[in-house]
Amino acid sequence: MAEQLQQLILDTLDREKEIKDTRTLTIPGDAAPATSQEAQLVVQGALNSLLSKEMVTYSMQEAFAYALTQEGNDIADKGSHEAVVWSVLPLKGQGAPLSIKDLKQKVGDETAKIGQGRAFKNGWIAKEGDGLVKLTESIDDTTRNELAEIRATGTLAAGEKAIAELRKRKLVQQKKLLWFSAQKGSNFSTSLDKLETDLTAEMLQSGAWKTAKFKKYNFDAEGIPPNGGALHPLLKVREEFRNIFMEMGFAEMPTSQFVESGFWCFDTLFVPQQHPARDLQDTFYVSDPPESLPPPTDYYEKVQKVHTVGGYGSIGYRAPWSDADSRKLLLRTHTTASSSNLLWRLANRKGGFKPVKMFSIDRVFRNEATDATHLAEFHQVEGVVADYGISLADLIGFMQTFFKKMGIHNLRFKPAYNPYTEPSLEIFAFHPMLDKWVEIGNSGMFRPEMLAPMGLPDGVQVLGWGLSLERPTMIRYGINNIRTLVGHKVSIDSVEKSAAVRF
Amino acid sequence: MPTVAVDKEDLFERLGQSYTTEEFDHLCFEFGIELDEDTTVEVEEAVKKGLPAERPQLKIEVPANRYDLLCIEGIARALRVFLQKQKAPVYKLVEPASMLTATVSPETAQIRPFFACAILRNVAFTPRSYASFMDLQDKLHQNICRRRQLVAIGTHDLDTLEPPFRYEARPPNNIKFKPLNKSEEYTATELMNIYEGEKHLARYLHIIRDSPVYPIIYDKQDRVLSMPPIINSEHSKITLDTKNIFIDVTATDETKLNIVVNIVATMFSEYCAEPYSIEPVRVVYPDGRTVIQPDISSRRTTARASYINSCTALSLSSEEIASLLERMSLEASVSPSNPDEIQVDVPCTRPDIFHECDIMEDTAIAYGFNNLPRTFPTTSTVAQPLAVSKLSDLVRQEWAMAGWVEVLPLILCSHDENFAWLNRKDDNQTAIKLANPKTAEYQVIRTSLLPGLLKTIRENRKHPLPIRVFETSDIAVKDKSAERQSRNIRHAAAVWCNKTAGFEIVCGLLDRIMAMLEVPRIFTHTENATHGYYLKETEDPTFFPGRAAKIFYRPKGNPPYSESQMSQTPSGSGTAQEAAGSGPIAAVKEAVSAAVSKLKSTDDVEIGLIGILHPTVVEKFEIPYPCSALEFTLEPFMKEVPHIWADDA
Repeated sequence: MAEQLQQLILDTLDREKEIKDTRTLTIPGDAAPATSQEAQLVVQGALNSLLSKEMVTYSMQEAFAYALTQEGNDIADKGSHEAVVWSVLPLKGQGAPLSIKDLKQKVGDETAKIGQGRAFKNGWIAKEGDGLVKLTESIDDTTRNELAEIRATGTLAAGEKAIAELRKRKLVQQKKLLWFSAQKGSNFSTSLDKLETDLTAEMLQSGAWKTAKFKKYNFDAEGIPPNGGALHPLLKVREEFRNIFMEMGFAEMPTSQFVESGFWCFDTLFVPQQHPARDLQDTFYVSDPPESLPPPTDYYEKVQKVHTVGGYGSIGYRAPWSDADSRKLLLRTHTTASSSNLLWRLANRKGGFKPVKMFSIDRVFRNEATDATHLAEFHQVEGVVADYGISLADLIGFMQTFFKKMGIHNLRFKPAYNPYTEPSLEIFAFHPMLDKWVEIGNSGMFRPEMLAPMGLPDGVQVLGWGLSLERPTMIRYGINNIRTLVGHKVSIDSVEKSAAVRF
Repeated sequence: MPTVAVDKEDLFERLGQSYTTEEFDHLCFEFGIELDEDTTVEVEEAVKKGLPAERPQLKIEVPANRYDLLCIEGIARALRVFLQKQKAPVYKLVEPASMLTATVSPETAQIRPFFACAILRNVAFTPRSYASFMDLQDKLHQNICRRRQLVAIGTHDLDTLEPPFRYEARPPNNIKFKPLNKSEEYTATELMNIYEGEKHLARYLHIIRDSPVYPIIYDKQDRVLSMPPIINSEHSKITLDTKNIFIDVTATDETKLNIVVNIVATMFSEYCAEPYSIEPVRVVYPDGRTVIQPDISSRRTTARASYINSCTALSLSSEEIASLLERMSLEASVSPSNPDEIQVDVPCTRPDIFHECDIMEDTAIAYGFNNLPRTFPTTSTVAQPLAVSKLSDLVRQEWAMAGWVEVLPLILCSHDENFAWLNRKDDNQTAIKLANPKTAEYQVIRTSLLPGLLKTIRENRKHPLPIRVFETSDIAVKDKSAERQSRNIRHAAAVWCNKTAGFEIVCGLLDRIMAMLEVPRIFTHTENATHGYYLKETEDPTFFPGRAAKIFYRPKGNPPYSESQMSQTPSGSGTAQEAAGSGPIAAVKEAVSAAVSKLKSTDDVEIGLIGILHPTVVEKFEIPYPCSALEFTLEPFMKEVPHIWADDA
């Protein structure tokens, strides 16, 4: 049938040059022209097939028509409720009036209820005693007539106002009717060829591709997703940070040490033993293994001394010292524990200290309550520059270049407190979307109380800065809940779909 | 960082000018404190709605080491000096004709050995300054005092007491007094029970509960002032009308003792009839040592202009530095003997200054961090990735290209996830256990990447099959030889989850990465190969019986077992077998195979496991499909990276 219809369209176009209104067509096998919506959709299917072969073009037209609702159809068939009520009543003076109860029984509750009111209003019926009688011998059931007209023609000669009244009564509804105008296409012909959908090896071999006609390709259609793997978005951002550091000549620091001792994580950094960061509330302590081996004796004694009585120009904390606190094992709260260890090794390396630029990006742990922006684990990005005679101006200038590589141009610095850096600077960037300054990292110059006991030569300054990897990643991918980025609750789908990182 | 709520109107009145929120935010930013919140709008809205409202407040975050900024008095003072509206106040001790004394008994050494006091005379409180006085004590208690553990403060109406005072430590049953806000007397033992139910005090009880003696302060008539660090007495409590205030401070170390008594006394001495004057008290220790408290003298130190300039890339004169330091409440003058040297008197309110570098920082703050030159360090270095990172990235790239998806589970997991759910037993020799996790999710550091991968699959059960995920990351294990008794090991692991288990698929993933690492497969017929990897069937409760194998690696340069070794070794053990009287041929055969496998096991490294996961394992992780898994260490495959420095060993 589909081909017959396509043939009919082609023949009609050949004969009449165009089809102005497809509702004039009669679908092969149908008795009447295709005026219904269903029939027009069949016609559209045929037109689309022909369009893909560029044999026709067509435009879509819209018409509004009115159709009856279920109730409207009932009325058109049986008459309005008021007419039904009228019809069952005896004429006044010609028989016993019909009681309401009997009326309900005869015409049903709903018709009795609605019909009575309207029949009264129209002056068709009246009350007599306990019952009802009709007043006229004949009536003109306008509602029924109008509905019948709409059913037949799709509209009403009486006009929009009458239609609106019927729509209000939910007897009539508006229906959109699509129809089409068709013209000849660039490949118009009256013969239907079979079209190929794809170029095949057989066609190449047989040479059939030379004569074959191809179905028009739908360039709007999406391609088939490739069956490839994906890297995790957070680690893609890590890659970008690593690249930025490498571009700036930084060497990667070894950080494969989740478990640290109080000594390396805090003491060597001149974090006082009574500092709140060392609380059980904030730090994961290790119960097994029980404690670290003793740190290198010489260095340990120097660190203890600078805390308890000072030295190197410092008055120190002058607070009690606990060996046990130094030896406590814990999960590192920052990668600076590793940086500290490396700086100590650099100070004592064969051949003496050499200037370095170093970075690391690795996991750190905080024993904090978790929420939408905090997990017990996150990644710290850290940079360290150690050289003779470098200054705060170098740190600030360096930060500017570093963040510029991430597309952040507008920085300002706030004095802050950090036990192991002095000065300590919080880095703020202007966030154009939030329209405010937001903190993006911390930085500073390591304190002499930290560097001198390591044995770093006089005049060596060490600049350091750190930020979390998660925060810029959440901003990059517009993520509000960190659990959708890190951890087992991350959806594999989101990993597969996360875009490449280009700061 | 502590947050201090100050009355906005009062603060601006003290500063002698009003600020918009933006202007005040900027001032805070430059000075190194942070305006957290301005409640003005909130208050105005409440007033409009006719709701009860407090006066507008500014909530200011102050650095954790600036105890002098924990109250409006201190913040206003510091900002006025910073804005050059006044000079830093000079605090002075005013000795009365006869100084009050307090003696410390030897028993206090067992619990809280250090004691300090100070007296503020003729104080005029307003309701707001009274509230601020209480709030400062609370802020100090929560911060430097570490929730009263290290230091505790008590304040009293001096006119209700009679000196001299005695700081003692007594068994709790020998202490009886009427504590603050109670109408009856209780022994200390009773109080410990009563306060168990009072939340705001219950958290301090542990500090002294198990001590045989409790700290207690008496006046001449044996009236209790306070039982630090728990509660003051009702008798000596201060009120809005109190004129003369006695401050007691007890501590476990003398440095913090002095800091705290100095801060309380200096901050509120401004309300004395003679502002900034403090009356000292003589404290006599059991060894006869006498200390005049509080010691508010400033500390004389020096800073070099050359040092400050080299750290900040500025070229300020010593005079300029001195005047910048004045703005930070540090009294400074150029040394008469050395023009490069600045003499700095650090007031007792600035215990955060330890070193010349702290003075350098204050210079830079006063100059303005954002006014400093911005230069770029000339440090010339060579970039260098870590070997383990390069190797990890190689595996990640290859596996992703092979169609697998990288996931990022957590490193901490529950004990069950790491052991029982994998049908593994904890030998107590491997896993690192946490002492104080807040939830059972974080009990151990994972010793395998499998739990994280399986949890990820569990959470992604609705993802179309097959699910293929991998992770390349660290696990950690105990290591008795290491200083931190542990070490991280970089692992690579992958899990395939589908309607059929697909051992050959994870095997293909292993083959692929080994091919990329140029490690050939050793098959039964090539078992003499000098380098490569092979699978050897094993029984492992994590895996389905008959579908599990150990992955072995034979490193380059390790000689494979040779004919000569084979002929030598068995002959020796064969003799032994014969001596034991077993069948000679069977014994030789057995010995040969034992020796061969022994040889192999010494040469070849077991690097991991591969197999179909046991159905009870996937069930524990609530995965309704069969899974195949692969996990191995990357350590043997690390390539040595060149050292950055030519003279490195």
